[in-house]
Amino acid sequence: MSAARKVLGYSLSNLLRNWWVLGYGLLFLFLTDALFRFGGGGPRVAASLMNVVLIVIPLVSVVFGTLYFSNSREFIELLLAQPVSRPALFTGLYFGLALPLAAAFAIGVALPAAAHGGAGLMRPVATLVAAGVLLTFVFTSVAFLAGVHFEDRAKGLGFALLVWFCCAVLYDGLILLVATMFRDYPLEPALLALTVLNPVDLARVLLLLTLDAAALMGYTGAVFGRFFGSALGIAAAAAALLMWTAVPFLLGLRGFNRKDF
Amino acid sequence: MSAPLVVSGLRKQFGRLRVLEGVDVALDAGQVTALVGPNAAGKSTLIKSILGLVRPDAGTIAVLGETIGADPHYRRFIGYMPQAARYPDNLTGDEVLALLADLRGGQAPHDHALRASLGLTAETLARPVRTLSGGTRQKLSAVIALRHEAPVLILDEPTAGLDPLTSSHLKELVRQRAASGAAVLLTSHVMAEVEELADVLVYLVDGRVRFSGSLDELRLRTGQRRVERAIAHLMREVA
Amino acid sequence: MPWLRSAAGTAWVLAATSTLSAQQTITVRAAGPVATIAGALRQAGDGDRIVITAGTWALDSPLVVAHRVDIEGEGMPVLRGRGNHELLRITANGVRIRGLAFQNVRTSYIDDLAAVRFIEVDGCAVEDSRFEGTFFGIYLQKAKGCRITGNHFVGGGRSESGSGNAIHLWNSTRTLIADNEITQHRDGIYLEFARHVDVVGNISEANFRYGLHFMFSDSCNYRGNRFRSNGAGIAVMYSKQVDMTGNRFEDNWGAGAYGLLLKDITDGRLEDNRFAGNSTALFLEGSSRLLVRGNAFDRNGWAIKLMANTEGNRFEDNTFSGNSFDVATNSRSNASVFDANYWDHYQGYDLDRDGYGDVPYSPVRLFSLVVQQNEPALILLRSFMVDLLEVAERVMPVLTPATLVDQRPRFTVPK
Repeated sequence: MSAARKVLGYSLSNLLRNWWVLGYGLLFLFLTDALFRFGGGGPRVAASLMNVVLIVIPLVSVVFGTLYFSNSREFIELLLAQPVSRPALFTGLYFGLALPLAAAFAIGVALPAAAHGGAGLMRPVATLVAAGVLLTFVFTSVAFLAGVHFEDRAKGLGFALLVWFCCAVLYDGLILLVATMFRDYPLEPALLALTVLNPVDLARVLLLLTLDAAALMGYTGAVFGRFFGSALGIAAAAAALLMWTAVPFLLGLRGFNRKDF
Repeated sequence: MSAPLVVSGLRKQFGRLRVLEGVDVALDAGQVTALVGPNAAGKSTLIKSILGLVRPDAGTIAVLGETIGADPHYRRFIGYMPQAARYPDNLTGDEVLALLADLRGGQAPHDHALRASLGLTAETLARPVRTLSGGTRQKLSAVIALRHEAPVLILDEPTAGLDPLTSSHLKELVRQRAASGAAVLLTSHVMAEVEELADVLVYLVDGRVRFSGSLDELRLRTGQRRVERAIAHLMREVA
Repeated sequence: MPWLRSAAGTAWVLAATSTLSAQQTITVRAAGPVATIAGALRQAGDGDRIVITAGTWALDSPLVVAHRVDIEGEGMPVLRGRGNHELLRITANGVRIRGLAFQNVRTSYIDDLAAVRFIEVDGCAVEDSRFEGTFFGIYLQKAKGCRITGNHFVGGGRSESGSGNAIHLWNSTRTLIADNEITQHRDGIYLEFARHVDVVGNISEANFRYGLHFMFSDSCNYRGNRFRSNGAGIAVMYSKQVDMTGNRFEDNWGAGAYGLLLKDITDGRLEDNRFAGNSTALFLEGSSRLLVRGNAFDRNGWAIKLMANTEGNRFEDNTFSGNSFDVATNSRSNASVFDANYWDHYQGYDLDRDGYGDVPYSPVRLFSLVVQQNEPALILLRSFMVDLLEVAERVMPVLTPATLVDQRPRFTVPK
């Protein structure tokens, strides 16, 4: 897959000069720094960033990814007219976008965190960065899927935003509804399953386990804590996030392979 | 020796729309073949099929005697100049050229003379692509297509957007390539250009080849001296 | 040390023992004239001193101390029980025990067997001793004027039902419990029907039930203690005039664990305590007229749970930071006052720069009510959707108590 690496390389040097990507990184940099300066301690900063990470990262990844893909259409056609295989091109383009986005975020958060330091900061920040990076990969996959399947940029964007809205907002409404309607039943296993199925919720609960450990030690929380602390839980969480990255990616790749440009 | 590019029985359907209905075309070495036809005749689908951008439903395409399949290797033998290219905004012209050379593998081509003859200076190529005019980007596309001295050249409206001087330079380059043995496929809306460059004309309507032959044969058949009139004649004939 | 003042009630005991002129010292040594502790106790009269030398002294039945003696260990001798019995039963006033190690009082499901039991004494002291694997450690039964200081307790049980309390007071008054370290007992310190007890500077951690547990014990005082990782935290019930200051309540995790549980407590004072990392830091039920001031609530699940039947409590100058929920309540009405606390969730502004936010702060979140009624919904904590609901509730309060507000939320952490 050396062609994939070449495409990745060009994509990186293109996007690392992109003002949106730089601005995205700077946004996290200034935000994190400001939170440290005005917001107080490390766990507090991590908690404030958590909401941003869970909302902004999926949104930016999915919107920017969809637009990037459709804006690159002509160049993709030119590249495909070269002796390059479609999987190689798709893979190179995917990582060429996901990596700069993930790096912009990770550096934007990690630099101020390292500068301000503080004990007990490593774990929440590391978890935060890991969650953000995973979400970037998931939602870039979704964006590429949208880009491949919708010729019309507006439709692709609409689809991408719909997926984001469902994951970030609507899905939790559903969980709350389920939790309220079936409150007389032992709900924990069902809610666990529902959580694992949504990448945003999964990332959120993994962050909760480091930030709100005390609150989660009630009966319900203990169930969650035990699950995600167990080998099974870690495997399930990893599998779910991997699945969320791989399934849209593979669907997108399949579409890309079969697509008539 | 067989023709460098042979298309036979090519069919393609998009949904219910039949775009190509059994197209047979052969490009001979050393000749410029003009692909002409009204809008939506299937010209771009044919070109995209050859480039592997569109997967045909039936029929075969052979490049240098090899029938093409999933292996992208054959595209080493094709130089392609798209109608209107767009490049990644933040890369410089040099970087775009480097990437495309890199993707082909092998040694970077010596294309300085080519760049110079198309009026691409080192200074221009050092700038980000987004700052370049449409015409300059078109020159970049021409360099990408021509510099590998590929045995098959596919040029989609190559002179659109070029100034007259560069346009005539480009035409000269295309003639030189053909003279040195390349098989050239050209689409153009400018019939004067077709008349000036082409040896052979393929006329495509509704996904079928309605005429295929030398310009002289075309004149003979339609009784028109000028290609533009001859084409118009063909269009009426088909309708 | 401030606790010395409150220990004044017991001071006369010590004064009396140390100034007796006819004091006789009896040394217990395996190869000596007095070879058993029982023998020493038989010889000793009021005011005598018994020194037990290093070694393990096995006991088959409890030793009864019926005279006012000082019993001191030399090189931490071990008093080791052999069966289901207590080790020392003290019925005389003013007995002082110092520097002994007590081992092996087996678990009994019938009797509260203790290593050292004082029965209806006036004045007693247990100092610098160790209690290892004893079911109950020190049991004060209708005693008054005692000092329990500097002892170390490591319970032997493995579960709540299989272990007893380290320091157990029943019907006792004027007692000082200071600087003890307690772990692996059922309750670290247990007080029932006790009055005027000072609990100062103890460390009670990793006990199976409560680090400190007291019921029906009025006018008691708890200062500078550290309670960590106890199964159910600390419980204070059915008592009046309780003073708790400068204590630390930490890492009490679990559904039924509380940093501090107050049930039916009136006229108490809670000042300058620190609550950190508890599932529920402070739980109030049926408690009234408490002053809760200057405490720090940091990284707890719920900082304060206020049940409907509490009233007339004041919460002021407290610091709330990093808690998942600041205040939760099961009632729409509220009869307590929150004033001038620092809340890190507060998002108001201070235009007049008087140090207090210009808009009131409502610490009760809608979501805490949801979770109260429906615990599994906790999994939605910090969800964007929940934040949206929260905003809606702020704009138009329907479910959260409108009167539970801090009118003067502090802008900076109080000193």
